[in-house]
Amino acid sequence: MNQQQKTNNKKQTTNNKQLITTSLVWSVPLIITAIFFWILGDIIWHGIGQISWEFLTTATKDAGRSGGIAPIIVSTVLILAVCLTVSIPLGVGTAILLAEFTREENWFGRLVRRSLDVLAGVPSIVFGLFGNALFVRILGFKYSILSGGLTLACMVLPILIRSAEEGLRAVPNDYRFGAACLGICRTSTLWHLLLPAAVPGLLVGLVLGVGRAIAETAALLFTSGYVDHLPTSLLDSGRSLSIHIFDLSMNISGGDPNAYGSALVLIMLLLIINGMAAWITHRWLENRILYR
Amino acid sequence: MTLSKGDFDDPGDLDQIFLDLVEIENNQMSNPQTTNNKQQITNNQQQITNNKQPTTKIQTEKLSLYYRAKPAFEDVTMSIATGCITALVGPSGCGKSSFLSCLNRLKDLMPHARVEGSIKLGDLEVLDPKLDVIALRRRVGMIFQKPNPFPLSIWKNIAFPLREHGIKNREEIDSIVETTLQDVGLWDEVKDRLKDSALALSGGQQQRLCIARALALQPEALLMDEPCSALDPISSSIVEDLILSLREKYTVLIVTHNLAQAKRIADYVALFWFQSGSGKLIEFGSGKQVFESPQHSLTEAYINGIRG
Ligand SMILES: Nc1ncnc2c1ncn2[C@@H]1O[C@H](COP(=O)(O)OP(=O)(O)OP(=O)(O)O)[C@@H](O)[C@H]1O
Ligand SMILES: [Mg+2]
Repeated sequence: MNQQQKTNNKKQTTNNKQLITTSLVWSVPLIITAIFFWILGDIIWHGIGQISWEFLTTATKDAGRSGGIAPIIVSTVLILAVCLTVSIPLGVGTAILLAEFTREENWFGRLVRRSLDVLAGVPSIVFGLFGNALFVRILGFKYSILSGGLTLACMVLPILIRSAEEGLRAVPNDYRFGAACLGICRTSTLWHLLLPAAVPGLLVGLVLGVGRAIAETAALLFTSGYVDHLPTSLLDSGRSLSIHIFDLSMNISGGDPNAYGSALVLIMLLLIINGMAAWITHRWLENRILYR
Repeated sequence: MTLSKGDFDDPGDLDQIFLDLVEIENNQMSNPQTTNNKQQITNNQQQITNNKQPTTKIQTEKLSLYYRAKPAFEDVTMSIATGCITALVGPSGCGKSSFLSCLNRLKDLMPHARVEGSIKLGDLEVLDPKLDVIALRRRVGMIFQKPNPFPLSIWKNIAFPLREHGIKNREEIDSIVETTLQDVGLWDEVKDRLKDSALALSGGQQQRLCIARALALQPEALLMDEPCSALDPISSSIVEDLILSLREKYTVLIVTHNLAQAKRIADYVALFWFQSGSGKLIEFGSGKQVFESPQHSLTEAYINGIRG
């Protein structure tokens, strides 16, 4: 009888313990998801009324209080395009060098990797000042989309390189040995086997990098400027969505509704990019790696 | 061994295996070789030991391999006969795989490995730093323990290396794909799904595809590192028959832990043993001699299953 009670008690405590662990484990993701939906909901709630075809396709008026955001969207896309055209080849190239042509314990590789990790944690305002000094002044690109894009490229490179490197390292060595044993040179192995197999990893890095770039405000303030006209060339100053939101909500009285509208557009842009990357990864895995 | 037909995906499998077996045996018996030299090597083990030595394809001289300072094997002098199957046996960790990886310079991919000694492939010094490694690896193929087809289609697995070696003509590639797949007995199983992923094949089929991929390059020698040990008994016996069918045309060097298999297929047997800090070649001879009258007491213990 006593014995039974004891075991029952024990069961009770383990049950309690399990309950606590379970609720802890579940509450954290729930809170995070809740916060995400709260922010999203708030922005949609306030922003959805602003969104219209006209909002997306007409120029800003009255410092952004009225009118659309067409020039802002164009500038954002251009800045992003400059950033990616520079950072993707550089990033993938460096990742290849790190993953395929230097050993993990090699001092040079370690130095590069350590520097990248430090760079990835540097506040964006520092990148902004650096970009301002190098691109805007020394190289004489002035406040321009080019300067902004290049500064963003510097910012996303660490993330891009590290995840591309991880992607390459995750490719099983079997492929490298198998290819070598068939007398396939390293370049072809890289092009036909390793890079395709590493594409999902590359895309993850790309999504993280684009996320950071598109949300960037501080670094762009110092480099691409905040002129809200439609840019005519890459050397024109251009205002990104993030700066537009910042300006409307902080400096312009009565700019809040349009700030919300712009924020919604920004978030949709992000979601579209994420979705596209996920879709490509999915298709890629299906077609290249798994077939079936 | 009792097997019910239900053990197989395809009820025709078992019959096919027996047909293959018969075919291989017929081939072996009824294919008179063109050159005298080759005929000497053919037939069975007894004849080889009775006749004079066949020509040497690969000759190693005092070959040693060190991983950093730690020796994997040392002072291996061995000649591998042309057109014969040489089996490499020995306990785990005595340097058999390391030995193979020297012969096609795969050890180049392991930067901390250092080789001493000499390896002659014909007149070619394999360890010459100026050697064209790509050309060497085309002449000396390699099969791994774990089948490692590329994540490409079955067709591309064979076509990709061919293209890399300058065979670009589509019809030529197609015909090589067909003949090599037939050589490894895979053609009928996969001919309708050449465009499907090679990773969807079974382990035994993958291993045969890997062998086909290597054979497509028409190598002179084939290094096989425990090619059957990741396979079930049926696939294993299929691959074993396949290896037997390679004799004469190719020089085969095979690592195996399966002594019965070595006994069945090997013309020559080399026994590696871990001695005084590194792997050593302690016995080398024809299969018959090694299994029936071993020179070394360790060999005798090993083949009788006694732990040394
Ligand atoms: N890449 C490597 N780096 C460092 N040491 C290695 C490496 N490969 C093998 N070794 C060491 O070299 C020795 C021989 O290994 P090897 O793989 O050649 O043995 P093996 O005879 O093939 O064994 P098994 O029968 O288990 O496959 C072992 O002690 C192993 O730890
Ligand atoms: Mg081994």
